[in-house]
Amino acid sequence: MNYKLILNIAFHLLRARLKQTIVAAVGVTFSIAMFIALVSFMSGLNEMLDGLMLNRTPHILLYNEVKPSENQPLSLSGDYKRNTNFIRSIKPKDRGKSIYNSMSIIKTLKQDKRIIDVAPKVTASVLFNSGTIEIAGFVNGIDIIAEDTLFKISDYIKEGKVTDLSQNNSIIIGKGLSDKMLLSKGDIIKISTSSGNLASLKIVGISEIGIAEIDNVMSYTSLATAQKLLGQNKSYITDIQINLYDKESAVPLSKEFHTAFNLDAIDYQTANSQFETGSTVRSIISYSVGIVLLIVAGFGIYNILNMMIYEKMDSIAILKATGFSGNDVKWIFISLSIIIGLTGGIFGLVFGYVFSAIIDVIPFETTSLPTVKTYPIDYNIVYYSIGITFALFTTIISGLFPALKASRVDPVEIIRGK
Amino acid sequence: MENNKVIETIGLTKYFYNPAKFQVIKDVNLSINHGEFVSIEGRSGSGKSTLLYLLSTMDTDYEGQLLIHDELITGQPDKNLARIRNEKIGFVFQFHYLLSEYDVLGNVMLPGFKLGKYSKEELEHRAMGHLKTLGIEKHATKKTNQLSGGEKQRVAIARALINDPLIIMGDEPTGNLDKKNGDVVFDIFKTLTQEFNQTILIVTHDPDFANKTDRIITMEDGRIIS
Ligand SMILES: Nc1ncnc2c1ncn2[C@@H]1O[C@H](COP(=O)(O)OP(=O)(O)O)[C@@H](O)[C@H]1O
Ligand SMILES: [Mg+2]
Repeated sequence: MNYKLILNIAFHLLRARLKQTIVAAVGVTFSIAMFIALVSFMSGLNEMLDGLMLNRTPHILLYNEVKPSENQPLSLSGDYKRNTNFIRSIKPKDRGKSIYNSMSIIKTLKQDKRIIDVAPKVTASVLFNSGTIEIAGFVNGIDIIAEDTLFKISDYIKEGKVTDLSQNNSIIIGKGLSDKMLLSKGDIIKISTSSGNLASLKIVGISEIGIAEIDNVMSYTSLATAQKLLGQNKSYITDIQINLYDKESAVPLSKEFHTAFNLDAIDYQTANSQFETGSTVRSIISYSVGIVLLIVAGFGIYNILNMMIYEKMDSIAILKATGFSGNDVKWIFISLSIIIGLTGGIFGLVFGYVFSAIIDVIPFETTSLPTVKTYPIDYNIVYYSIGITFALFTTIISGLFPALKASRVDPVEIIRGK
Repeated sequence: MENNKVIETIGLTKYFYNPAKFQVIKDVNLSINHGEFVSIEGRSGSGKSTLLYLLSTMDTDYEGQLLIHDELITGQPDKNLARIRNEKIGFVFQFHYLLSEYDVLGNVMLPGFKLGKYSKEELEHRAMGHLKTLGIEKHATKKTNQLSGGEKQRVAIARALINDPLIIMGDEPTGNLDKKNGDVVFDIFKTLTQEFNQTILIVTHDPDFANKTDRIITMEDGRIIS
């Protein structure tokens, strides 16, 4: 088969119908551009929201849950092994929230090659006192350096510096707390714990995560300050936060740590399963919109090729009479649709990039993500590949039926008709 | 003498089934020799065009056998038939069937490109030669819709000639033309047989045209009667 000749004929046919050809190609361009812009934006949003979640959630969290003992004393008794035992009114056992042997666990974890870093934490629920008001809240005693590497906590400190927490008896309080209690940097805040300990801490900074529920109750101190506040020694740790190099392995690793250290372990996916659902839904929406647009464009191509075949019956007849086979004619019309799909698709890629770039510079400021200044876009070559593949696929499919029809045109019927 | 027969049919028979079954072509045996200028004559509806389309290899729905240059054509696949038409048969119809997307020269060269025997330059040269023979070389770069009916038909003849066909077939090629242009086209055919020994088979219902050819095949009711 002579591809050059077939392409030459296809180009001549297209040139004679330039306007309709352009309309059909613009249909493809539009749908591919929209698809790319939409998917890049949605995926950018997904990444941003994943970031939002991951900035605050460790890949794996080890802690002690308050719960009843899994093995009640009865199960130790040999006499009742074969019986079904009913035990009523079980109360959880207070093992304390403290992680037993925390120091050696942290040491082991820090040597693990799969782990970026480990951040131990002490959380305690407290009452903040100012004058006559008392506000319930939490104190997070954090390992300043580890916490900053894992969660970039300094991004959320509006006033002061996170390193100021290394001073004795210092605290950073949430913006909501500071607004309610009319406290600002440099003031002293009084804190009482549930066990009745009282302490006065100096405010060295204000934090703002951007979520009122958190900013209204949260405060940060150093590990040592929190331990002292609770009247505990240096090994008192309630949470061990772990970030992994490969966050996808969080699920199996959390199981591993659960059995290895006999601690409760939760991975970030389980802790934030609603985020995953949101991401999936957003992806599905953008892909289905893209596919719908492409199907519409496909019908446009189908239409113009069908029209062209009816108009060009005479030409098809004479081509066949002068020695072009049905196969040649089929390829002429398939080339037509490929030309439309390819040019439309390539312009679609360009415009898709342009649209993404435009979205990328639209200002979008949110306190919960201090590093985000404009709408997020995920520039990913994969979306462009999918786009052009889709474009070619739909145009070839929609060109195939008209092309087969053209290849079956009976020249005798046409020539006799004249 | 073996190769002298350009076209031969053995017991060619064809039926139409729509609206009712009826036999259009009835046991036609004919052969056309190299260099002959033959016309098929007969009343309208006698089956002349139908017979020509069977000979042209475009209509494959028939009984009997068709041979071109002693090669059995009957039963060959579409691809081969297309190649045979391209290489061995030149067509001129009542309507010119020029492609409006190409200029005159492009139309003439198209079957030549399909054959792929000559380079673009050679083809152009040959096409110009034919246009010159037919007296329309000054229109070579014109669009087809800028030509008169007679000129268009001459372009169609040039297109039929481009691959040096074994035979030129025409279905009422002068049917759409006035007397003067019709005569011009006839003279062209005459010149082609006389000067280039070109085999030509023309269907016509015009007795004047037929009488001027070397041999007349008369049809009546799907049969050759003389
Ligand atoms: N496609 C067809 N279906 C049925 N009958 C046809 C068809 N084409 C032609 N005919 C009939 O076949 C007969 C021969 O037609 P045709 O070969 O065109 O005659 P001619 O060219 O000699 O005028 C006519 O009676 C015509 O009506
Ligand atoms: Mg006829």
